[in-house]
Amino acid sequence: MNAISIVLVIIVAFFAGMEGILDEFQFHQPLVACTLIGIVCGQPVAGIILGGSLQMIAMGWANIGAAVAPDAALASVASAIILMKGGQGAQGASTAIAVAIPLAVAGLFLTMVARTLAVPIVHGMDRAAENADFRKIEILQWGAIFMQGLRIAIPAAALCVVPAEVVSNLLNSMPAWLTEGMSIGGGMVVAVGYALVINMMATAEVWPFFFIGFALAAISNLTLIGLGIIAVAIAFIYLNLSEKGGSAAGGSAAGGSGDPLGDILNDY
Amino acid sequence: MAEKNVSLTKQDRISVCWRSTFLQGSWNYERMQNGGFCYAMIPAIKRLYSTKEDQAAALKRHLEFFNTQPYVGAPILGVTMALEEDRANGAPVDDAAIQGVKVGMMGPLAGVGDPIFWFTVRPILGALAASFAMSGNILGPILFFVLWNVIRYAFLWYTQEFGYKAGTAITKDLSGGLLQKVTQGASILGMFVLGALVQRWVNVGFPFVVSKVTLSEGAFIDWESLPLGGEGIKSAFMQYTSGMALDPVKVTTMQDNLNSLVPGLAGLLLTFLCMYLLKKKVSPIVIILGLFVVGIVLHVIGIM
Repeated sequence: MNAISIVLVIIVAFFAGMEGILDEFQFHQPLVACTLIGIVCGQPVAGIILGGSLQMIAMGWANIGAAVAPDAALASVASAIILMKGGQGAQGASTAIAVAIPLAVAGLFLTMVARTLAVPIVHGMDRAAENADFRKIEILQWGAIFMQGLRIAIPAAALCVVPAEVVSNLLNSMPAWLTEGMSIGGGMVVAVGYALVINMMATAEVWPFFFIGFALAAISNLTLIGLGIIAVAIAFIYLNLSEKGGSAAGGSAAGGSGDPLGDILNDY
Repeated sequence: MAEKNVSLTKQDRISVCWRSTFLQGSWNYERMQNGGFCYAMIPAIKRLYSTKEDQAAALKRHLEFFNTQPYVGAPILGVTMALEEDRANGAPVDDAAIQGVKVGMMGPLAGVGDPIFWFTVRPILGALAASFAMSGNILGPILFFVLWNVIRYAFLWYTQEFGYKAGTAITKDLSGGLLQKVTQGASILGMFVLGALVQRWVNVGFPFVVSKVTLSEGAFIDWESLPLGGEGIKSAFMQYTSGMALDPVKVTTMQDNLNSLVPGLAGLLLTFLCMYLLKKKVSPIVIILGLFVVGIVLHVIGIM
């Protein structure tokens, strides 16, 4: 990578880091972050393909309450940098992901550090509030956001500075059984994200829709858009019918956790 | 209320809405989103209170503990602005009332916001866009980024305005029909699409060979006896489409057997296993790393 690319990559990483906490514009999602890094490194197609593949894995990664998922921002940025430096193009995507996911897990530590460092920052806001110092509160808020940007920008810079030969040697020195096995693992890891989502949403009432979707998806001529249209139509039909039946809200309240399959899994 | 001395302009509300984008910026383990909430309220506080004491009191009021899904922070900001406006105009709205409304709304609203945004809209939009992106199509990322931000900003602005206009009434509406219908519809949509995604994208393959059957004469294309040139290619295609095999030996893998049963069954079972482990409080991180190990081990011993 040349100097300009490195600077641009670090800027993208900075935005991904800020978004990793804000969760608004979604710069930290693989689709966006990997694509941007691909573009600034002159390998847009490889970046887009990597982003798409990693997005599928990172699908259900969301920090809810105390639950923590791997850091999507660091996973996107690290895998993209590794891919760009490895020089294998889009073929290297699954290996880059497999290398980046452990890094993303390690990145959780940085998240915890940043969220702890934010405590003294809000104490500063308390003091500013005493004097009705609006400007100071705004500066502190921005300071906290910049700190989150650095959380990803610094590791990204470190990865950029590691010579390209080291990265490509490392990737080339991995035996075929390891890289192939890792990409098989990557194909299965997707299930974890879906499982997280399903556990959140499942009730007795909505399980049948899961199986309708599963069965229809086996018809490979149906695109995802086509499936989406069917899903929306079914949702409307169901809502209308249940309103007319007059028992709209009763279904999910009946018995157990309202999730029969979940109960079976629990009791298993 | 007799008359309003001060009221928030539309410009103030637009400004608060923009600032709510940074709600989580100073997320901390002590009071979570308090700094962001206070930061977002600044334009409203500046408009409503003129003395330094009142401003300081308002700032301190909004530095109390706050945590919700960041987008549903918008209607809460709307309601809070309405309450602060009443208070600035002399209505008897005390600190406890404002704090009570914030705390009372953040829990239930997060319960709606998390599943809708993190577990329905983002996975669906992400999967749709990723299926474009995996073939190298730039449309994927663009579609995701633009659609998400349009949906997000429209949600922030309209729910904030709704909260502002409805004032305290919004808390009552939560138990009413519309929101519940939206949640229910979203989870139907979500579950359907998840079923489809599990079928399409969870890749569990077992390419090991379970049987090799030598086919009888006439069931496969006899390459030696085909005519030469284009005529031969044509006749080979015709034989192939009429159902003849390419090789004299029919190889059946474990995957072929599973596919003839239910395509995607292995992926479905793996998904159920992950759900079970997650319910048993196994960390998703452990499961992810474990699956990589399983993938490598099973590949080395030749099963996958």
